[in-house]
Amino acid sequence: MAFSDAVRRGYQTEIEGIKAAGLFKEERHIHSPQSSEIEVEFPVGSAIRKCINICSNNYLGLSSHPEVIAAAHAGLDSRGYGMSSVRFICGTQDIHRKLEKRLTDFLGTEDTLLFPSCMDANAGFFEACLNEQDVMIADRLVHASMVDGMRLSKAMQDTFKHSDMGHLEEKLQEHQDKRFRMILTDGVFSMDGDTAKLAEMVALAERYNAMVFVDDSHATGFIGKTGRGTHEHCGVFGKVDVITTTLGKALGGASGGCVSGRRELVEMCRQRARPYLFSNAVAPVIVAGALKVLDLISTTTERRDKLERNARYWRGLLKESGFDLKEGNTPIIPVMLYDAKLAQDFARDLFDEGVYAVGFFFPVVPKGQARIRTQMSAAHETHHLDSAIEAFRKVGQKHGILGLGKKELLAKCAA
Amino acid sequence: MDEITRVVRDYIIREYVQEGDEREVSETTPLISSGLVDSFSMVSLLRFLEKKYAVHIPDADATPEAFDTVERIVALVRRFQKAEVSA
Repeated sequence: MAFSDAVRRGYQTEIEGIKAAGLFKEERHIHSPQSSEIEVEFPVGSAIRKCINICSNNYLGLSSHPEVIAAAHAGLDSRGYGMSSVRFICGTQDIHRKLEKRLTDFLGTEDTLLFPSCMDANAGFFEACLNEQDVMIADRLVHASMVDGMRLSKAMQDTFKHSDMGHLEEKLQEHQDKRFRMILTDGVFSMDGDTAKLAEMVALAERYNAMVFVDDSHATGFIGKTGRGTHEHCGVFGKVDVITTTLGKALGGASGGCVSGRRELVEMCRQRARPYLFSNAVAPVIVAGALKVLDLISTTTERRDKLERNARYWRGLLKESGFDLKEGNTPIIPVMLYDAKLAQDFARDLFDEGVYAVGFFFPVVPKGQARIRTQMSAAHETHHLDSAIEAFRKVGQKHGILGLGKKELLAKCAA
Repeated sequence: MDEITRVVRDYIIREYVQEGDEREVSETTPLISSGLVDSFSMVSLLRFLEKKYAVHIPDADATPEAFDTVERIVALVRRFQKAEVSA
């Protein structure tokens, strides 16, 4: 038997190590559709309880929208359940190309290619489009999927300090000997909720002859006046060379992602991106649902406007309650606790009070930067947020942290 | 603190310490295991050292362990400076 007792013990020791380090992740079973209120079984085997959900990426509240569900049903009936093929063999339906064209129009790019996820789009892009003569210069806080994609590419890797345009400029100067330079950033950073300085980045790219790559997964559908994304918000619509984004967050939240941008770069992905070449086509039911999502958000900005109002309201409630927040103006609002154990205890206590939020700590965020990441949705009503803040205040009082800044919080945890 | 230690330490502070980060960097401060320098960003440090001291540090030697403190980095550079001279 290859999986001998010794091998098993080896893995068990490793898993115990993860637990001992406080990094063990447990799934919570949800018994309801994704929404602002969900029914949660946690720990597994315990009674199901109703919670206010403030940790989903369901930014526009479309994950369980009746029109999206109806469109998905219709897609299931007319185009079937699965494609049983990659795209280039017999996996491309008319609706795949239709969705790619709709995304191209929505994002203001030249062409789009669907991937099984944005993780796959990021993992596949750099290997397909850059080689050893090129350099990728990434913001130090880019998403893990871009880091994986960079690792798979033969191009040189370099980084710049988070959102530090002076440092980026130095790097661009340093790499003028390369064939192509590509600047990599998130549009909205998923852990901090801050927005990339895309206008300055595009200006630098023009000055130093570089391309700009943006993962806009936490922005597409709601950032910018009409929800097109960070490039719209920063006034550089049509000037970003590559946008990767997801259908798994604001755009219905099912799964699937895409590379959208310059025609030739998209074509290179179609020819060479391995996650595209070797994964099944996105299921027709998801494509049909996503088309309906684009219909809904192209005709009105009502949902992104409500999301913006909710984010402002929630940020205000947290602030006036005395929580230490990361500055920003997106629906990602991190409540800073700095200490990993406090973040875990705080999230557990919130759950006991009927609020579902998650604590994040190293290695997901830098050491000493533990937090509760809260995320707003257009599905939240004011009463959800009013109830959630009561729970936050109660738990904050219990831990004696209301009104404390970083130094006081750290001192308290060290005591 | 000798010249090479000072140069390496200054580079690390300039290159990696984010504005507002109050962490002190001494010769023995863990850099990679503390998360101050991630394995990706290590590449720019390697390039800086190779350029500045005209040495070649093979990938097999440029490990996260060998780059984890200023002290170790300086030892690594010195080792390869000697190797270049004797080669």
